Amino acid sequence: MNNVVATIAAKHLVARRRQSLVSVLGIVLGVGFFLAISALMRGSETDFIARLVDNSPHITVEDEFRQPHAQPAETAFPGGAVEVRSAKPETETRGIRGYDHVLDLLRAIPGTRASPVLTGQALVNIAGEDVGVTLNGMIPSQVSDVTTISQYMTAGTVEDLDSNSNGIIIGDGLARKLSLAIGQTMSLSADQQVRTLQVVGIFHTGRANYDEGQAFVSLKRAQALFDRPNRVNSIIVKLSDPYQAQTVADTIEKSVGYKSVSWQEATEDLMTTLTIRNIIMYTVVSAVLVVAAFGIYNVISTVVLEKQRDIAILKSIGFHARDIQRIFLMEGLLLGLAGSVLGLTLGALMMLALSTLKFRYPGSSDPMPLPIDWSWFQFALAAAFAIGAALTAAYLPARKGARVAPAEILRGS
Amino acid sequence: MSDVVLKAENLSRRLEGEVPVTLVDRASFEIRLGEFVAVTGPSGSGKSSLLYLLGLLDSPTGGRLFLNGIETSSLRDDRLADVRLAEIGFVFQFHFLLPEFTALENVMLPMQRLGRLSRRAMRDRAAQLLDDLGLGGQGMKLPRQLSGGQAQRVAIARALANDPLLVLADEPTGNLDTLASDTVRTIVRDLAHQRNRAVVVVTHDQEFAASADRSIVIVDGRIQDTDAHLPHLAALAIAGA
Repeated sequence: MNNVVATIAAKHLVARRRQSLVSVLGIVLGVGFFLAISALMRGSETDFIARLVDNSPHITVEDEFRQPHAQPAETAFPGGAVEVRSAKPETETRGIRGYDHVLDLLRAIPGTRASPVLTGQALVNIAGEDVGVTLNGMIPSQVSDVTTISQYMTAGTVEDLDSNSNGIIIGDGLARKLSLAIGQTMSLSADQQVRTLQVVGIFHTGRANYDEGQAFVSLKRAQALFDRPNRVNSIIVKLSDPYQAQTVADTIEKSVGYKSVSWQEATEDLMTTLTIRNIIMYTVVSAVLVVAAFGIYNVISTVVLEKQRDIAILKSIGFHARDIQRIFLMEGLLLGLAGSVLGLTLGALMMLALSTLKFRYPGSSDPMPLPIDWSWFQFALAAAFAIGAALTAAYLPARKGARVAPAEILRGS
Repeated sequence: MSDVVLKAENLSRRLEGEVPVTLVDRASFEIRLGEFVAVTGPSGSGKSSLLYLLGLLDSPTGGRLFLNGIETSSLRDDRLADVRLAEIGFVFQFHFLLPEFTALENVMLPMQRLGRLSRRAMRDRAAQLLDDLGLGGQGMKLPRQLSGGQAQRVAIARALANDPLLVLADEPTGNLDTLASDTVRTIVRDLAHQRNRAVVVVTHDQEFAASADRSIVIVDGRIQDTDAHLPHLAALAIAGA
């Protein structure tokens, strides 16, 4: 039975070859652009998040607290009518106390790598002007566990910090400004002392402000430089599954008390922007398909009008109204399928072409290929949307066809 | 088993509107297997309306219609379509073949909808029917490649596809030349007498009506006679047609 329906549908479309082709072409373009644009947007989003996740800590345990300390009066009378206002936080030396103990706690969580960092500002004198540099004191052997900086090294290695306690690793931006090469020395002032450090490594991340403003030294050197022995001000945590960061951060904060920020929390505004961008993109590319669907509506409406007699005769033979409706829905489906198959091909070709292009993004110093998301989901989404639109476009004329009253048509001829 | 295929009891069809029109007014009669009955009457007398009621293509506004003992006026549309598919074959003034399908495929359509035979058996049966109607070798032609008479015979083959009890024809020779009309007339008569179907034909063609076993005469929607024969018929207002 479904065979007959499909055969009749196919013959109707073949009989109006030109019009069918035009409407398929509409779907082809719609699907092609839908796929290419959506793959590009998705690709760039994935790429963006991957960079974000790779290059930033999954969780940062900071040396501060979300809530102020509870006042003794409040703990002594829980639930009592006690309210303490304008309590000034105690002046204390900043830093995570007993960080070794906290590190042990963190490392006990499966799938985590954690390393302490002491970060502070240092000044470099360039042409008579003091420029701020963020100095990251880290344990060299652990740097690769929690940062991607070793991937970006262009000269020297992170481990060279171990062998040279006065070593420093700087970005190529800063190196260029100071005309420094590996092995040369530079002066840094921090905490009212001036130190001379030797450049043991140079990195290049492609992010200009990072390459000019970040430097790495050993943790001990940083502690001495900032005069904060045995202190760190944050602990960087990397997880084997970055998407667990929020949950793990909550657990950490509960057990150690220090404020623990997941990468999702740190970049909440970016995530919102990405979502809005996706909504805009899908609205625009869907509009193309909706326009294409009008082409299908047009073809099937014409066929239904032209084929009133055939519909009447099929009904007089004993075809149900539902069979007739199925014939025209099938026509929509066939057009949608043809459009999807060709459209996915077109889209894939456009994606191939796009992926060979290289662009220099603002703020980056290297030309980068456009990130394209090749996941099957993109293809499925584009095809599903096109077929859905085609079926919707076919539905109204199909229903009209199903309602043809055979007696009126056959008598009228 | 009674050989009454069709039984109408006070069957009526009215069109409601500002001026209500009665197309068929309380028609009562029976049609038996093997019987060839002509429906005659002047133009606009309600012959075709009656035929569409008998063929379940239109619903009566009054009275009852039994097909093979089953009361049909209470059946839903889908059920009516099923009855049409298995028990009724239609032939119209125009062949109404689907233009994109070959003669053979057109004859196979009702069988495919019914789905009782294998595809091969359908093909064989359709070829046999075309052969029987003198269209051997024409099966692969499209309707536009056939003459009017040939196309009408394909339409008859299609009406016979599911071996229906009842064959209804609305002016089957109305659009054919004399020679083709003769062939179609013979075929229709043989359906009743050789193949033992109940055959009801609406016609203006006096010669055709005269060859029927009897004629039902209808004027202004009212049945005047259910057992008219031509000598008598000739005297009636059929000339006004």
